[in-house]
Amino acid sequence: MFSLIFNRLMLAIPSLIGVVIVTFLLTRALPGDPAAYFAGPAATEQAIAEIRAKLGTDKPLIVQFGRYVSDLARGELGNSLTTGQSVAKEIATRLPASAELTLIGLMLVVILAVPMGILAATRPGSWIDHVTRIVSTAGVSLPVFFTGLLLVYVFYYRLGLSPSPVGRLDVFLSAPPHITGFYLIDAALARDAEVFVAALKQLILPALTLAIFALAPIARMTRASMLAVLSADFVRTARASGLSSSKVIVTYAFRNAVLPVITTLGMVLSFLLGANVLVEKVFAWPGIGSFAVEALIASDYAPVQGFVLTMAALYVALNLAIDIAYGLIDPRVRISS
Amino acid sequence: MRRRDFLKSTAAVTAGLAAPAVFPSSASAQARNETLLAISENAPNSQDIHGVGANRPAYEVSWNTYDRLMTYGVKKDPNGNDHYDFRKIEPELAEDMNVGANSITFKLKAGAKFHDGTPVTAKDVKWSFDRAVTVGGFPTFQMKAGSLEKPEQFVVVDDRTFRVDLLRKDHMTIPDIAVPVPAIYNSELCKKNATAQDPWAMEFTKNNGAGGGAYKVSRWQPGTEVVYERFDDWKGGPLPKLKRVIWRTIPSAGNRRALLERGDADISFDLPNKDFQELRAAQKLTVIGTPVENALQYIGMNTKEGPFTNVKVRQAVAYALPYQKIMDAVIYGQALPMFGDKDNVTTGFEWPQKHGYNTDIAKAKALMAEAGVPNGFETSLSFDLGLAGVNEPLCILVQESLAQIGIKVTINKVPGANWRNELLKKNMPLITNTFGGWLNYPEYFFFWAYHGQNAVFNTMSYQNANMDKLINDARTAGANADKAGYEAAVKGFIDMSFEEVPRIPLYQPLLNVAMQKGITGYRYWFHRQLDYRQLAKA
Amino acid sequence: MSTNASALRHARYVLGENPVTAFAFGLFVLIVLAAILGPSVVPYDPLASNTSRALQAPSAQHWFGTDQLGRDIFSRVIVATRLDLFIAIASVALVFMLGGLSGVAAGYFGGWVDKVVMRIADTIMAFPLFVLAMGIVAALGNSVQNIILATAIVNFPLYARVARSEANIRREAGYIEAARLSGNGDARIVLTQILPNIIPILVVQMSLTMGYAILNAAGLSFIGLGVRPPTPEWGIMVAEGAAFMVSGEWWIAFFPGLALMLAVFCFNLLGDGLRDIVDPRRRT
Repeated sequence: MFSLIFNRLMLAIPSLIGVVIVTFLLTRALPGDPAAYFAGPAATEQAIAEIRAKLGTDKPLIVQFGRYVSDLARGELGNSLTTGQSVAKEIATRLPASAELTLIGLMLVVILAVPMGILAATRPGSWIDHVTRIVSTAGVSLPVFFTGLLLVYVFYYRLGLSPSPVGRLDVFLSAPPHITGFYLIDAALARDAEVFVAALKQLILPALTLAIFALAPIARMTRASMLAVLSADFVRTARASGLSSSKVIVTYAFRNAVLPVITTLGMVLSFLLGANVLVEKVFAWPGIGSFAVEALIASDYAPVQGFVLTMAALYVALNLAIDIAYGLIDPRVRISS
Repeated sequence: MRRRDFLKSTAAVTAGLAAPAVFPSSASAQARNETLLAISENAPNSQDIHGVGANRPAYEVSWNTYDRLMTYGVKKDPNGNDHYDFRKIEPELAEDMNVGANSITFKLKAGAKFHDGTPVTAKDVKWSFDRAVTVGGFPTFQMKAGSLEKPEQFVVVDDRTFRVDLLRKDHMTIPDIAVPVPAIYNSELCKKNATAQDPWAMEFTKNNGAGGGAYKVSRWQPGTEVVYERFDDWKGGPLPKLKRVIWRTIPSAGNRRALLERGDADISFDLPNKDFQELRAAQKLTVIGTPVENALQYIGMNTKEGPFTNVKVRQAVAYALPYQKIMDAVIYGQALPMFGDKDNVTTGFEWPQKHGYNTDIAKAKALMAEAGVPNGFETSLSFDLGLAGVNEPLCILVQESLAQIGIKVTINKVPGANWRNELLKKNMPLITNTFGGWLNYPEYFFFWAYHGQNAVFNTMSYQNANMDKLINDARTAGANADKAGYEAAVKGFIDMSFEEVPRIPLYQPLLNVAMQKGITGYRYWFHRQLDYRQLAKA
Repeated sequence: MSTNASALRHARYVLGENPVTAFAFGLFVLIVLAAILGPSVVPYDPLASNTSRALQAPSAQHWFGTDQLGRDIFSRVIVATRLDLFIAIASVALVFMLGGLSGVAAGYFGGWVDKVVMRIADTIMAFPLFVLAMGIVAALGNSVQNIILATAIVNFPLYARVARSEANIRREAGYIEAARLSGNGDARIVLTQILPNIIPILVVQMSLTMGYAILNAAGLSFIGLGVRPPTPEWGIMVAEGAAFMVSGEWWIAFFPGLALMLAVFCFNLLGDGLRDIVDPRRRT
């Protein structure tokens, strides 16, 4: 197991180096000079040059890169010019917001898509199969920002069922004491029911937006995997020995079909972390995605670099976790690797 | 029971039962009518207006959490709303001001304290003025506009007396002392947090308050939220009514409108013009629109190179713009038109005022022929993507209109981060932009926008010795209180700007604000940010 | 010849069996027609403003209503089809060339070629893809070409991987061995034997990524990195219309959003259908 982890990490290193280099070059190629942007409205050439020197952007690219890498080695991600804060601190406070949203979205997907997939697999070719396919494909066909806007319009503005889209918590409540950064968990630990409910209410619409987008892969994979298992011999045997159909499906078939679904889940999770960017923008969610977009538009290098690097590290960690989970669920995988 | 009423009643109950709330910052334990919820599109990136790259929302934090020595008085505008009065300078941290021949002396108010309880002394004032003229960038530039340039000008007479020695006679000096930049900092606190690389403690003041203003920041989440509590020991003026102000960033315009309409938020500046028009008509909210002093949206043409060097072409463009369409379909009447006067000769000397151009395609075509380009040419029209809500439809209409006189325009969206950079290069042939000055004097506007010094705001690179002379004359006449000379010069440069049209004014925008009916005391300020100190909630 | 005939028969069977795929195919024909004929059949000039008819709700005169400047939304939605379809097709064609070829090379040659291609694919995969696309467009400037390029780049790993594994399987196959023994060079084998055999599988990918390409372009438009105004494009129309939704002018964002959804929907369903035709066993 440890050699597996070690090998996977070794394999990830070249990608991470690639990410660092590409991000650096990409941010430097952004139009606009942050110095001119931050020098204020009445900037003279001299004032801009002063700020450029302060930021170090007057040095040749290779020198800037060297400085960036040595900062990185010391865990220093730099300062965001737009929010004025250190990028490491920003990411540390914003990552739980994004992660909480994504995980709730993922839970919603599982709750919706897995039964859909199972239903479709038990009656392939029926209307329920077609409806499942159409609904899940329609979900992935909607641009997330459009789904989000539509949901806000209908549920907040028209029906008044959901709270105002102002971020993680109703304005007149204060955040629970910081323990994990996940408001639901922190509120539960603090035994603050009011905050817990309020935080959950804020989460529903954005999480649903993400879930609608991610229905398709999970529903499809569940269906395919169930189809394969249902035609297997041991399921036929179980059926033949007179077990009820629901028992066969839930205890025998689904347990064996779950593995590919978990793999897909991992893929969907990293995919959702990316789709977050636009959802966060629509719902004023104080996550890292919206932070990165604002920074990119403002040619603010440090947050973009920090964001991409964090996401890349998460991606590597996530894939590793999936491999390990896979190994734990199915011992055969462990042996073959 | 509606949710808010419920909150209010639980708040009353909990306040009665357990007086000290568990979280002192928990707002649900405070009366809703002493808390203001303001929403905006952008968040402050600093608490300190001196900071490098401090953005406009940061001015609002600074304005409410720091004091200045002097401030501006108030008057009623034509609609009966409060409007700061740039002719009336009143005491804030100083209790009076003595203007001598070569110096101005200020006496500080007795008992004035910073938020940490330290008394405010003249030493702090000097340190603050020294900082503003030393750190460079915007603060230093703004101080210079009032001839406040060197630390030697600022003298501590005694603990409560501070003197500014004048370098020259400048009628902008006193007004400049009341703008947000010369805020008074707690010098001891700052020095404690200064380092060798950062002698003015800029890093510290970015995220921490060091002032003695009417409000102090109690929660600072950059990019998301700022919460203020009232500073009850404030001596700068009458104690504000609001105990607490919450300022949230809501990036989507639609959400901001929805929050206001449903009564969840109290006040906001940042809505599209169309929303303001509709909210005003619906009368559910109070909407106040004030013309932004000394500000104009315009079409600028590059007079240094390309087809617009020819004044006839510029005039042709001025006759081809779809002025009224822009007023109707782009800004929904939320501005004062600046076109269609009877001619280009001014009668008064106030600024801004209407020019004589109007949409007249036949005249424009004739001018194009006279200029020797009857078949037109190709060019590009650039705008700041950060303000796309107005700029994009405006540019599409201009593009369509100019096509009628043969000018084929491609539209060029410039990302906000790059806009200033592009302006500095001064090579865009055709742009639309807004420019406004804090200090409401025509010569101040013209000095930045038309003078041959070619400041960044002279986006057209317009250079004309006669224009420069008129602008300089107005400045000199102003400083020497020569009324007749001043008026003649101002009238002269306005006339010239209309005849030569390097930039074509379209309209003077309104600063609109929408708020719940129960909110009173809104005051328009030249810095266009919200002043919490006069606001009250019913 | 007979394999073609049987494939056709199979296709007809799949279409008959699966009404959803048949529906998607019909939709596809409609989209292609709109892209080809659109500009010549629309009732209004999609660029002409008419401020006296601004913000009108759908009516007999303006089926989808008018926008802020009084432009006819129906005409704009139809005319935009060509551009959106072009962005999708061009980006998919580009990634097919880049990803498909390098994937085949990686699978066939193995060794360092394989290592380099897979490292590139891994690196791209490690990026948050939408932010990478944003970064590319922001850095190179927002033009149609750059949107196409960015979309192609973020899809690169998908194509490279699929092509690689397919080429890898076939590398040792008998007919390849035979071709090699009869003196064919590697390049010739890749181009004449391997590529034609994996094209059907890549075509399925292409249909699925077409939808993604359109969504990606729309997302870029939403944050202001779209095409130049006043060019009609679905994503930018949704983004601009979003501001009007709260005040009740829902049609400005709704109809382009619907067109966008239908197009993506169509490509996704079509991709599924094609997969059934190409590889019946993999049907999901």
